[in-house]
Amino acid sequence: MNKNSNTYQILYAAVMVLLVGTVLAFIYMALKPKQNENIANDTRRQILSALHIVSPNDSQVKETYEKYVIQDLLVDKEGNVVDSSQNVAFEVDMKKNVKLAERQLPVMKCKLDDGSVKYVLPVYGAGLWGPIWGYIAVNDDGNTIYGANFSHEGETPGLGARITEQSFQDEFKDKHLFLDGEFKSVAVLKKGQKATNGAEQIDALTGATITSRGVSDMMADCLAPYETFLKKLQGNVLAESESNNVNQPE
Amino acid sequence: MLSKRNKEALFNPLSKDNPVLVQILGICSSLAVTASLEPAIVMGISVIAVLAFSNVIISFLRKTIPTNIRIIVQLVVVAALVIIVQQILIAYNYDVSKKLSVFIGLIITNCILMGRLEAFAMHNSPWPSFLDGIGNGLGYTIILVIVAFFRELLGSGTLFGFHVIPQWCYDHGYMDNGLMILPPMALITLGCIIWVHRARNKELQEQ
Repeated sequence: MNKNSNTYQILYAAVMVLLVGTVLAFIYMALKPKQNENIANDTRRQILSALHIVSPNDSQVKETYEKYVIQDLLVDKEGNVVDSSQNVAFEVDMKKNVKLAERQLPVMKCKLDDGSVKYVLPVYGAGLWGPIWGYIAVNDDGNTIYGANFSHEGETPGLGARITEQSFQDEFKDKHLFLDGEFKSVAVLKKGQKATNGAEQIDALTGATITSRGVSDMMADCLAPYETFLKKLQGNVLAESESNNVNQPE
Repeated sequence: MLSKRNKEALFNPLSKDNPVLVQILGICSSLAVTASLEPAIVMGISVIAVLAFSNVIISFLRKTIPTNIRIIVQLVVVAALVIIVQQILIAYNYDVSKKLSVFIGLIITNCILMGRLEAFAMHNSPWPSFLDGIGNGLGYTIILVIVAFFRELLGSGTLFGFHVIPQWCYDHGYMDNGLMILPPMALITLGCIIWVHRARNKELQEQ
């Protein structure tokens, strides 16, 4: 058979593509469950890290996660809970979510060993080369940050990629999202710069101006819709302390 | 098993015919993944696997491949293998696959692969082709590891993520060189390695 005839070439290409396609589809299907599990476990690990819980090995991540995260919530802009079915917040695809005009606002309610309640809020934004995302754990006063975890897809190693380092994430601890009752977020700025809205700030990473700005913008953009929800939490704390005062014997 | 010719196919690419140092192929990825040792090694292993198996597959098919579309056939084989490697990494070594992110996909564009397929696998039987793939993959990996060693050591003061430069050096004013992390220094490091390599191998020097 003539190897250079058109029929042979077209047939050869067609058969090859079909064959390769089938093989790849088969491998993809076979590995998909394992991959999904890895990805879910990785997300769980990031959420646990925001709560300062050291990630256990792969087999225990799910167990540990379910132990600490006691409830998944979806809230609306007015701070009302609209859905609290199982894993409803965990399953929100933040990549699609941030593009929506009316975003879903997932909240993961967590209870730590010492009995304190934290709320984990996912954030998603853009770095220099690709998406960056993270989880911010907020105390039940709805104001103070308890912990943060950031991840990225392809930031420069040694520069922007340092947002995943513990030392950078630890700087967010004890920062306040509200100042004088007004939502300010937390700014990531170079030393010497001042946030225009007076927000509390964190030193930017050297040589990673755009990634640092990305973190800053992501925090402001994704946490702002929670303003009312967080204010309600602040109100709860006030109400509780007031009711405590009332109950105290004189 | 290992005739003289096969030995040459396996061992020549390690030094005398190194794909990176002598043929100057695959430079792009050697700049991209060498900021630290671990991704460099995983990248090396992935390239060895893809190169060896694509060499074997193309070698088996070499008598049937129509000359006009041979590059396309080679690309499809390489691309398929790269996707398989990527999927396996996501399933069984998720952490490393996250670190390498786009670079595994970019193995497809690594000139070493197309170079070996065109130059060797299209004219040789499967076993020598397999050895040639392993040899060239190893040659590439060695250079990657050397460059990554210097970049991680001088750039971050670590090896495999562990701090190796003692604290008293920092106390006396030593600082990690942030420039080493950036691609330009990878190119310069590579240039230095090529320089040393040529100086030691007289037969590589042009008259």
